[in-house]
Amino acid sequence: MIGSAGTRFAAGDTVRVKADWPELRGPCHVRTPHYLRGRVGQVVRALGAFPNPEDLAFARPAEQRALYHVLFEQQPVWGEGRPGDSLMVEIYEHWLEPAEEA
Amino acid sequence: MAAPPRDDSIALLEKLVAALSAKGIVTEAELAERQARTDQASPETGARMVARAWMDPAYRALMLRDGSAAAEQMGVSMAGAPPLGVLENTPARHHLVVCTLCSCYPRAVLGYPPHWYKSFAYRARAVREPRAVLAEWGTAIPDSVEIRVVDSTADYRWMVLPLRPDGTDGWDEARLAALVTRDALVGVAVPQAQ
Repeated sequence: MIGSAGTRFAAGDTVRVKADWPELRGPCHVRTPHYLRGRVGQVVRALGAFPNPEDLAFARPAEQRALYHVLFEQQPVWGEGRPGDSLMVEIYEHWLEPAEEA
Repeated sequence: MAAPPRDDSIALLEKLVAALSAKGIVTEAELAERQARTDQASPETGARMVARAWMDPAYRALMLRDGSAAAEQMGVSMAGAPPLGVLENTPARHHLVVCTLCSCYPRAVLGYPPHWYKSFAYRARAVREPRAVLAEWGTAIPDSVEIRVVDSTADYRWMVLPLRPDGTDGWDEARLAALVTRDALVGVAVPQAQ
């Protein structure tokens, strides 16, 4: 494990990826895929803490941010696919907010 | 294969390396060491890890808990490399690895990624229609098996621990490792005993 800074969420928590589009506000480097913005998923596990790539990419001082493996059903994301197929994606804590079960 | 580098690209690289050396950020020796390590990495490393995990439950447990430590045990230097995570295929779940944002790939244990892994087509389609993509590879995943696509977006690198194929009882580690292809280590193929 690479540290355990600020784990706001635990395995099994339902979370929503923020529906935020910093790309519209100016130059940025974001590691949260477009197709997951606003989507609801389940935390699988905390993966440790890493320097925030959004600052790292611009050589700014980068705070440690908790990183989670988050699981999403494929069907709600794409409107197609086999029920039960899933996507598991690394998302930083500051991109996640608590959510109710979908 | 990629086209050979253009003269102006080489000139630009040389100027960049000279500038980084002048500032004391890298040395020629460090670059040579890193290049040698990168060139040495190959899917055979990942295949040996898989074969050992199939034979040795303790190693398997370590690999699933801490892929980097498991790689180190195989003699791979993971210093400075992103942490390695290992995704365990089961009779009920198949993993497929992609990086939709760029081309993150577990280079320390698989070497250079193949060209298709970096293609827009693979990156766009693997997350959206994994079964269609796998079918084009000739990889049939039964409907009863969940496909879990792992989009490698951040600080980890991911490899797949495939299922050991039937008909391999009594095989030794080298023979098992020979079944594990590069493509099986990211989940676009499945090891076959025949």
